[in-house]
Amino acid sequence: MAITMTKGQAGLTGNSAIAYAMKQINPDVCPAYPITPSTAVIEEFASYVADGDVTTELITVESEHSAMSACIGASAAGARVMTATSSQGLALMWEMLYIASGMRLPIILTDVNRALSAPINIHCDHSDSMGARDSGWIQLYSETVQEAYDNLIQAVRIAEDENVQLPIMVCLDGFITSHAIENITLLSDAEVQGFVGEYNAKTTLLDTDHPVTMGAMSLPDNYIDFKHQQSEAMARSKDTVLKVAEDFGKRFGRKYGLFETYRLEDADLAIVILNSAAGTTKVAVDELRKKGLKVGLLRPRLFRPFPFKELAEALKDKKAIAVLDRADSMNGFGGPLFNEFRSALYDAEKRPKVVSRIYGLGGRDYKVKDAVAVFEELKTIAETGRVDTLQKYITL
Amino acid sequence: MATLKELSKQNELLTGGHRLCSGCGIPPIVRLVLRAAGGPVVATTATGCLEVGTTIYPYTAWRIPWIHSAFENAAATISGIETAYKALKKKGKLPGGDKDIKFVAFGGDGGTYDIGIQALSGALERGHNFLYVCYDNGAYMNTGIQRSSATPFFSNTTTSPAGEVIVGKQEWRKDLTRIVAAHNIPYAAQASPHNWADLSKKAEKAMRIQGPTFMNVMSPCPLGWYTKPEDSIKWAKLSVDTCYWPLYEIEDGILKITYKPKEKKPLEEWLKPQGRFKHLLKPENRNLLEKFQARVDLEWQRLLDLDGKRI
Ligand SMILES: Cc1ncc(C[n+]2csc(CCOP(=O)(O)OP(=O)(O)O)c2C)c(N)n1
Ligand code: SF4
Ligand SMILES: [Mg+2]
Repeated sequence: MAITMTKGQAGLTGNSAIAYAMKQINPDVCPAYPITPSTAVIEEFASYVADGDVTTELITVESEHSAMSACIGASAAGARVMTATSSQGLALMWEMLYIASGMRLPIILTDVNRALSAPINIHCDHSDSMGARDSGWIQLYSETVQEAYDNLIQAVRIAEDENVQLPIMVCLDGFITSHAIENITLLSDAEVQGFVGEYNAKTTLLDTDHPVTMGAMSLPDNYIDFKHQQSEAMARSKDTVLKVAEDFGKRFGRKYGLFETYRLEDADLAIVILNSAAGTTKVAVDELRKKGLKVGLLRPRLFRPFPFKELAEALKDKKAIAVLDRADSMNGFGGPLFNEFRSALYDAEKRPKVVSRIYGLGGRDYKVKDAVAVFEELKTIAETGRVDTLQKYITL
Repeated sequence: MATLKELSKQNELLTGGHRLCSGCGIPPIVRLVLRAAGGPVVATTATGCLEVGTTIYPYTAWRIPWIHSAFENAAATISGIETAYKALKKKGKLPGGDKDIKFVAFGGDGGTYDIGIQALSGALERGHNFLYVCYDNGAYMNTGIQRSSATPFFSNTTTSPAGEVIVGKQEWRKDLTRIVAAHNIPYAAQASPHNWADLSKKAEKAMRIQGPTFMNVMSPCPLGWYTKPEDSIKWAKLSVDTCYWPLYEIEDGILKITYKPKEKKPLEEWLKPQGRFKHLLKPENRNLLEKFQARVDLEWQRLLDLDGKRI
C-alpha cells in the first residue's frame, strides 16, 4: 500500500500504521491469520510482502493456534517474528502464549482489542488481552494511532533486550483506533532500522554444530526455578521499557513512560482508564476543571509488568478513584484493572477510596457524559467518605 | 543406502539412556529416520511418549537441535522453523554459514490423526520443506492407553474398554496415510521398524524430495499392547504380514506396495499374543474377530487394486 506523506506526516488508520511499522521493522518471519478488526494489518503487510517492500517470509497459517506455534518455531530458530490478532484469535492462541513466554522467546504481537464471544461481537473491549494478562507477555496499551505505531517500534527493543527475552503484546482499541484515521508522524525506514537494530539470537535451533534441546519436560525439581527466572525477567522488563522509551524520546522527540497522567498532580478525584477512552475522559476532565472541580486522569501504558509502586505513588494522595475496566473478570468483584490498582494502593498511608466501574463492553459507546457522571459520583464519595456502590456497570 | 554394518557404526543421533520403555518401537524408528538425513537435521516432537521419554530436564537424548512446544502443533512448529531457515539463509545469517538443513516433525498417532490433524493439513497445503513422521502405536500411550482414531478395531483401551455390552473400540481406524496423500504432496508412505531397509529407503527418499513428505510408521508398544518387550519387532512384522499394516508409498501420485507378503497370515496370529485383543479370542466374540478379518481383507484388496496406479 502506498502511503502519502507530507513532511513525515500521514493520515493513517491504526491498522495501517501497525502494518507500516511492521514494514519498517521488516521482521524475518510473520505467521498470520485474519480476524476482525485486525485483518487489515495482515492484508496490508501481505501487500508489502507481495510487492517486495520487505524481505519477510509470510506464513499464511490455517489458525491462530498454528500462527503462535509457527511464531514459536521461527523464534526458537533465531528469527525476528511478528504477528497480529484479535479476540477469538488471541483466545485460540492462549495455550501457546504461555509456551512462548515460558521458552523466553521475544515474539512481537499486535492485539487489536475486541470483545470475546459469546455473544459474538466484533467491537472493542479488552476482554481478549485481559484474558492473556497472566500469560507472561509484556503488555503495552495505546491511546492513539501514533502511540500504537511508536509502541510497536519500541516493543522490538524491549522484547529482545538481553535482560528481558520475553514476548510482548501491543494493544490498541478495535475500530475506535484500528479503523479511525489519524494524522500521525512517521519515522523514516532508516530511523526505525537504526532504532530496532539487528536481531542476533544467542541460542538457535539452526546452529546445528551446537545442538540445543528446547522445551524439555521439567519436573518439581526445577520447574519452579524456571518460573522464578521468568518472573524476575518480567519484573526487570519495567526498567527496559523506561530505558527504551527514553532513547525513543531522545531520538524522535515523543516521550513515553509507564503511564500517562492528565491534570492529575493536584487532583482529588481520578479516573484510571486504558486506551482510547482516555481521550474521552480528558475532555470530561477539562470540562469539570472549568467548573473548578479538581479532577484528573491516569492512563496506564505498561500493564504487564504492573508498575504498582509508581502507580501507587501517583495516586496515593487522591481522595477517590474510579478504575474503569473495559472487561469484567466475572469474579463478582470488579474488573481486572480495578483489582490490581486497589491492591497497589493498599499500602498507601491515606488509602484513597477506590471503586470499580465496568464500561463499554462489546463496543458500547463511552461518552464524555459517562466520565462526568463517574467524577460526580467520586465527588460524593470524597465528600461523605462513604462508598455506597463499590462496583457496577456503567454505559448500560 | 547404507548397509546394516555401516549403520551400526554411525553415531546415534538419539542416544541410549532415555526413558522410553524397553521394547518400545519409537527409538529404532527415530534413529533410522534421523540417519536418513545424512547431514544437519533439526527436529520437533509433539507431546507424547517420545517427548517425555527423551527430555526430562536436565537430561536430553537428542544430539541434534530439537524442540517440543505442545501436543497438537508439531507441523505448525516445524513450519515456523523451516520458514526461519529460509528467511535467515536468504539474508546470509545462518549460524556456521550456509548449509542444507533437513527438518523433521515427529508425532504420535494421537498428536497426528486426532488433535494435530489441522496443523498437519495446513503445513502440507502450504508446502513447507519437511518430513512428518507419525509413530503409530495405536493409542494415547503417554497418558495411559486411551483410544485414538488410529486405535485398531475392537481394541481394549482405557476409554474404549472391552466391557460387558460394548466390547472395545467400535470404529475402524482412520486412514491417515490416504488423507495425507489427498493433499497431493510429493511423497507419503507407510513403514514398519522390523523392515529397517524399507523404512530407511523411504526416509531417505522423503528427505531428498523437496516439499512436504509424510511417513506413517507402525510402532509397537509393549505397555499398551500387553506384549513382551523382546517380541516387539516380531509383532511389528506380523502387523505387516497379516496385511493389517501394509507397506506402501505414494510418490508423485503413484501408489506402490513396497512389500507383499508371500503368504498373507491370518489376522488372529497378530491379535492373539496381544493383551489388548484378549477378549476377541473368546468364543462369544468370534463374530467380531471375523468382522475384523473381513475389513482387513477388504482394505488390502482395495490397496492391491490401486497398486501401480495413479491415485
Ligand atoms: C492440548 C492437550 N490435550 C491433552 C494433552 C494430554 N496428552 C499428552 S500426550 C497425550 C497422548 C499422546 O498420544 P500419542 O500422540 O498417540 O503419543 P503417545 O503417547 O502414544 O506416544 C495426551 C492426551 C496435552 N498435553 N495437551
Ligand atoms: S508406553 Fe508404549 S509407546 Fe510409550 S514408551 Fe512405553 S512402550 Fe513406548
Ligand atoms: Mg500413540
